[in-house]
Amino acid sequence: MSVQKTLPEAGRGWQRGGAQAMRRRLVERLVSMLCNIATVIVLFVLFSILWTLVTRGAAGLSLNTFLHSTGAPGSGGGLANAIAGSCEQTGLAALIGTPVGMMTGIYLSEFGQDGRVVQLVRFVSDMLLSVPSILVGLFIYLIVVEPAGHFSGMAGTLSLAVLFIPIVVRTTEDMLRLVPRAMREAAYALGAPGWRVILGVCLRAARGGIMTGILLALARISGETAPLLFTSLGNLNWSTSLGAPMASLPVTIYQYAGSAYDDWVQMAWTGALLITVAVLATNILARWWLTRNGSAQ
Amino acid sequence: MMELPSSLAAHDGAVSDKNTRGQWGDALFGMVARLAGWSLLAVMAGIILVLVWGGRQAFLAFGPAFLTSTAWNPISHHFGAATSIFGTLVTTAVALVFAVPFAFGVAFWLVEMAPPALARFIETAVQLLAAVPSIIFGMWGFFIVVPFMAHHVEPAATHYLGHVPGIGLLFRGAPYGTGLLTGGIILAIMVTPFICSVMTDVFVSIPAVLKESAFGLGATRWEVMRQVVLPWSRQAVMGGIMLGTGRALGETMAVTFVIGNSNRLGWSLFAPGNTIASLIALEFPESAAGSLKLSALLALGAILMVISFVTLACSRIFLQRGAVN
Repeated sequence: MSVQKTLPEAGRGWQRGGAQAMRRRLVERLVSMLCNIATVIVLFVLFSILWTLVTRGAAGLSLNTFLHSTGAPGSGGGLANAIAGSCEQTGLAALIGTPVGMMTGIYLSEFGQDGRVVQLVRFVSDMLLSVPSILVGLFIYLIVVEPAGHFSGMAGTLSLAVLFIPIVVRTTEDMLRLVPRAMREAAYALGAPGWRVILGVCLRAARGGIMTGILLALARISGETAPLLFTSLGNLNWSTSLGAPMASLPVTIYQYAGSAYDDWVQMAWTGALLITVAVLATNILARWWLTRNGSAQ
Repeated sequence: MMELPSSLAAHDGAVSDKNTRGQWGDALFGMVARLAGWSLLAVMAGIILVLVWGGRQAFLAFGPAFLTSTAWNPISHHFGAATSIFGTLVTTAVALVFAVPFAFGVAFWLVEMAPPALARFIETAVQLLAAVPSIIFGMWGFFIVVPFMAHHVEPAATHYLGHVPGIGLLFRGAPYGTGLLTGGIILAIMVTPFICSVMTDVFVSIPAVLKESAFGLGATRWEVMRQVVLPWSRQAVMGGIMLGTGRALGETMAVTFVIGNSNRLGWSLFAPGNTIASLIALEFPESAAGSLKLSALLALGAILMVISFVTLACSRIFLQRGAVN
């Protein structure tokens, strides 16, 4: 297996027609072919999902979808309440999550003197990044919904915020690390206090990357279903109150897709198309933003 | 950045005043930052403690037998975790069997074979696959993959593999389309982009001179990959695979659609089953607050938390060590 032993012979043997050279060429071609096939299959899956969504979802798309709330089967309801509920919960979760996430990111990158605690926070933040989202839903259910006695939009918002924060933490920390040392030193040399150096110089220099992180986090939580099942539950009527159960697009899709009514299933596909387009567009925007303003300089 | 010097200069007259304000500001800022960081610790500890506390009723009622019991009977109040733990592990294993080769193939292609113009485009496409919400995978799986499995894949697998001694057991049974195999395949599609992205990152980060010297000796791309790149990046690759495993273990919505939801334990991969996450998602709405059933579900949540925590912790250790290399 050692590289040094086998490769020199291999180098001379490449042009030869001997059995070993033949075998190596064959293996190389076979592996290339398999890799090509793997890539094509993965792309095909993405294409198949998008194709299914467009062909099945577009049929139910009309102005009605955005103007009417969900209704009984056959009543020609729309998705207005679900869209509004999703926007409200995601937006509020981002409002809660962004400052907490950014401050934690700053803590991780700038407060290295805290030693072990910083390492622990980083470890926990990484864990939260991949913790099953359904468990976050159960957690919020037990500490918010059960004591309050009812499901609420606020509980949904909180569970989404818990999923939002670690993504922002990760990007904020990474981006702050890219800020050149000279820039900090220059600011300190001018007599700026530490907090102004961080907020006014480092954070500003890193804003492109942090913005990308926030957009990616938004995209991630706007498609989350599992945590909302136990927190905001869903609501068939128009409601923007944080104290009451609130509809959301993913939960509505989940309820409709499993139903026996054709028009509900159709509506589920339409909702699925809407949410996927929104999520993928946000993702593409975020990546574009990163290539535009991502470098810390 | 540009106005910083001027705004600082405005305070030039009162150096001592500025310094005290700077100290106060720093103290306050440090407090807020620490508070934010510690709040994450509180959330993590909260998730674990609250789940264990919520599941105490079930843990106390059934003891260690909860882990090995296959019962799930809301009428006689007998609950056990064995079936859903089995389903979780089997679907995750199936997912890895498919996802790891695919992720490796795509990463290898992206790093070594893709024309540069195409590589960026394809890489973005693979990342977008990771961004698709899990409920979409569930719907697509239920309406597209399940019928395909039922009509084509499962009958064919039974025909060709059903009589092979040993593994044949896995491929027998009625082709419902839903079941552990389909759940595993949907999970594989979902975690492939994660594993692939870690692999791509580590394959790119290997010092060019290592690869160039191997190529210079006449090695083929596959030989360089197998004998230089893989040994060098083994730990990080393992970390990536563990990261994907962590994702697969706790994935809920996609699996709930295609798993078939039946409390059954058996060898057949075609048989419907359940996973911890799918069981919680399905049974939770039908459990009254304070009931033994709800407690059993929370206990399952605590078990899932432990499994994913260990997996993710391993992943992190591997990825960190890999980065040091």
